[in-house]
Amino acid sequence: MSDHDVLPLRVYFGVFGTLLALTGLTTWIAYQDFGNLNTTIALVIASIKVVLVVLWFMHVKQSSGLVRIFALSGFFWLMILFGYTLSDYFTRTSVRGWE
Amino acid sequence: MSDATTSGRLAHHFESLEQQHESALLGMWAFLAQEVMFFGGLFTCYVVYRNLYHDAFVEGSHHLDVFLGTVNTAVLIGSSLTIALGVRSAQLGRPRATAGFIGATIALALVFFGIKSVEYWAKYEHGLIPGLAWHPEPGASPQLGIFFGLYFVMTGMHALHMLIGLGLMVVVGWRALRGRYGPDNFIGVEVLGLYWHFVDLVWIFLFPLLYLLGRHAH
Amino acid sequence: MSVPGAATARTAEPSNYLNAEYSIKSWFLTLDHKRIGLLYLAGLTFFFTLGGLFAVLIRLELLTPEGDLFQSETYNKLFTMHGIFMVFFFLLPSIPAVLGNFFLPLMIGARDLAFPKLNLLSWYIYMVGGLFTLYAMVAGGVDTGWTFYTPYSSVYANSHVIAAALGIFISGFSSILTGVNFIATIHTMRAPGLTWFRMPLFVWAHYATSLIMVLGTPVIAITIVLVAIERLFGVGIFDPAKGGDPILFQHLFWFYSHPAVYIMILPGMGVISEIVACFSRKRIFGYHIIAMSSLAIAVLGFLVWGHHMFVSGQSIYAGILFSLLSMLVAIPSAIKVFNWTATLYRGSIRFDTPMLYTLGFIGLFTIGGLTGIFLASLAVDVHVHDTYFIVAHFHYVMVGGMVMAYLGGLHFYWPKMFGRLYPETLAKIAAVMIFVGFNLTFFPQFLLGYLGMPRRYHAYPEEFQVLNVLSTAGASILGLGFALPMGYLIWSLFRGKPAGNNPWGASGLEWQTQSPPISHNFDEVPIVTEEAYAYDTLRPPAAASPEQEEVLHV
Repeated sequence: MSDHDVLPLRVYFGVFGTLLALTGLTTWIAYQDFGNLNTTIALVIASIKVVLVVLWFMHVKQSSGLVRIFALSGFFWLMILFGYTLSDYFTRTSVRGWE
Repeated sequence: MSDATTSGRLAHHFESLEQQHESALLGMWAFLAQEVMFFGGLFTCYVVYRNLYHDAFVEGSHHLDVFLGTVNTAVLIGSSLTIALGVRSAQLGRPRATAGFIGATIALALVFFGIKSVEYWAKYEHGLIPGLAWHPEPGASPQLGIFFGLYFVMTGMHALHMLIGLGLMVVVGWRALRGRYGPDNFIGVEVLGLYWHFVDLVWIFLFPLLYLLGRHAH
Repeated sequence: MSVPGAATARTAEPSNYLNAEYSIKSWFLTLDHKRIGLLYLAGLTFFFTLGGLFAVLIRLELLTPEGDLFQSETYNKLFTMHGIFMVFFFLLPSIPAVLGNFFLPLMIGARDLAFPKLNLLSWYIYMVGGLFTLYAMVAGGVDTGWTFYTPYSSVYANSHVIAAALGIFISGFSSILTGVNFIATIHTMRAPGLTWFRMPLFVWAHYATSLIMVLGTPVIAITIVLVAIERLFGVGIFDPAKGGDPILFQHLFWFYSHPAVYIMILPGMGVISEIVACFSRKRIFGYHIIAMSSLAIAVLGFLVWGHHMFVSGQSIYAGILFSLLSMLVAIPSAIKVFNWTATLYRGSIRFDTPMLYTLGFIGLFTIGGLTGIFLASLAVDVHVHDTYFIVAHFHYVMVGGMVMAYLGGLHFYWPKMFGRLYPETLAKIAAVMIFVGFNLTFFPQFLLGYLGMPRRYHAYPEEFQVLNVLSTAGASILGLGFALPMGYLIWSLFRGKPAGNNPWGASGLEWQTQSPPISHNFDEVPIVTEEAYAYDTLRPPAAASPEQEEVLHV
């Protein structure tokens, strides 16, 4: 890797500042009543933070397409695990009451 | 193996440092995909039980300390910044700065552990550790144990990963001081950085999912 | 550790990876992928023998309808230990760890895998995991079945669940590291000119396998941790009494353990593709489709796990979804079988031992696969669930498929690995014995299962005895068939005829280097200029003779 790949310091501190701000934001929002949307908002903020870290701290923005595919594959497979497991839990009709 | 200055760092089975770098980078990303699935199993448990026992999870979440959780999140984000700067120093060929940033990261990780142990101790005192000290208040949800079981396994696995990271940082920091890394040969630092950022990512999700549940309702 | 070929090596044998160094340290601290492959071979053979002994005891008990040889608790431990050793310590690592480790770098023209130290580490992790499980066995065994179903495993079982679980947890990381190593190697270390679609299908199959290893194994690792934590602390995550859901355990368990079947069979399919092309002296039919079907199997394999849970309380709608997806996996599997058959068509077929195993594989895998479609149908599965039909089905895939491919591959590559030929006639006899013994063992089990004999019981109604006796008789032939190769392959290390560099006249980079290969695999990095399996431009092999020094220009 050569010098032109090195990100300037302001990028690192910019990302860091944004992450801190989003952390404060997510804590503050948790105490406001958005009904069912609270969880969604928290997850959206967490996802934005993750994307920031992955793209800049983990250099995926500068990386090859292959690395990007690898980075996505874990999350894709996680969605398979979530999706198909929940396809069971969200469609159980007759077997209720085992709590 | 043409360049005498780099040949010492090039393993015999690679043709060039670029190839070696690319291999290690890809291998690390494949390993991180594995890590995603490792924590993914726990997150699946979380999603399922949170849907089944929403009230118990909200109740459990209120036993956690949001202030300490938020501070710890900030501390971990700070450690992500320091390790990222460590990698940047390595890219620029400044090994002493790299070692310094790794030292800062270790310090921040220790702060995280300190805060985490205060939290764990509080759980112990309140009798909220399933299997070890479990005396929930009368009238607590019967499934509170599942929330705290998941809380301890998830944060415990996260802490275990941090411990492994600490060990790696000591090794890589030492090597940086010994001048093992150069501007075209710093894959060890970069891989460590990737690992540490991943640990940070897990926490970024754990924090809202465990600490911030249903806060607005009470 | 004995050094194969040491007796004759001093005479005139050129330097190779076997005679480069002799010390014990040079084996146990080796970073050479070929030596690590052999270390795996030793470990695997040990666990296979152990698992086989448990199988012998199981078949002996089932000779008579009464439970007269073992108590039911002992019998539970027998089939559990058989399953654990065979699945986790033989079938899963078998082809990738031995043949993959040894031949993947050779096939792509690399000097080693990308991370040699990680490779050695993965062998040690595998052995440590094996030791934990051995401890569980010696300390009194485990009786939960290899599936560790909760809440029995997490609350009620009185056997050594945690030690065995820990062993499986640890050995899982060996699999993960192997997968990471293969992926990085295949992506970055191919020889100049070796484009993706010039790679041997063996390499494609291992790439697909590695994807499953990396993306699936961690899930069972964490699940096993949860079972252990549940046992130690009674958290209740899988305990219905505390609100936990045992079905969730099954979801997580099968999310890995179904794709794990493809970890076993995909490398086998890779080996079969190599052998079919070589012994038909033809380009493989539909190269691209076979390569892509490996990836399709790897991905689809992750979408079908719910078919293990049709009768366990899973939502019926999820059942329909999983049933449909399970049927889909049949498509890429069938594509492979058709392509191999089409490769045979009008080939100049030679019936050497590897080819016998290959033909056995194609037939038995087809039966195993087709009965899988029966089981994927919801209604049929309700009838045969947890019967010997299931046992027969997965043994047709795992033993009839995977073990046949493993033995075929071992025979095919043996001359390259050790530079010596095994005795062909004896090997053919063993191959036929294994085929006959296998069918006699497991075909009656299809009938037994269909008639309603449940699995995992040590006693059964008298009307099932005839079929059970047949099955046990078959198992004895099968056992002898497995013992033969162990004997003559070891014999051939010392007394076998020198093989020459390419006894089968096979294409591929691995056959261009000397046998046994030199430590660094190739003196010069090979340059690849054409596709794999260019048998139409290769000379047919002279009958494998000691003098043969064929130089093949690829």
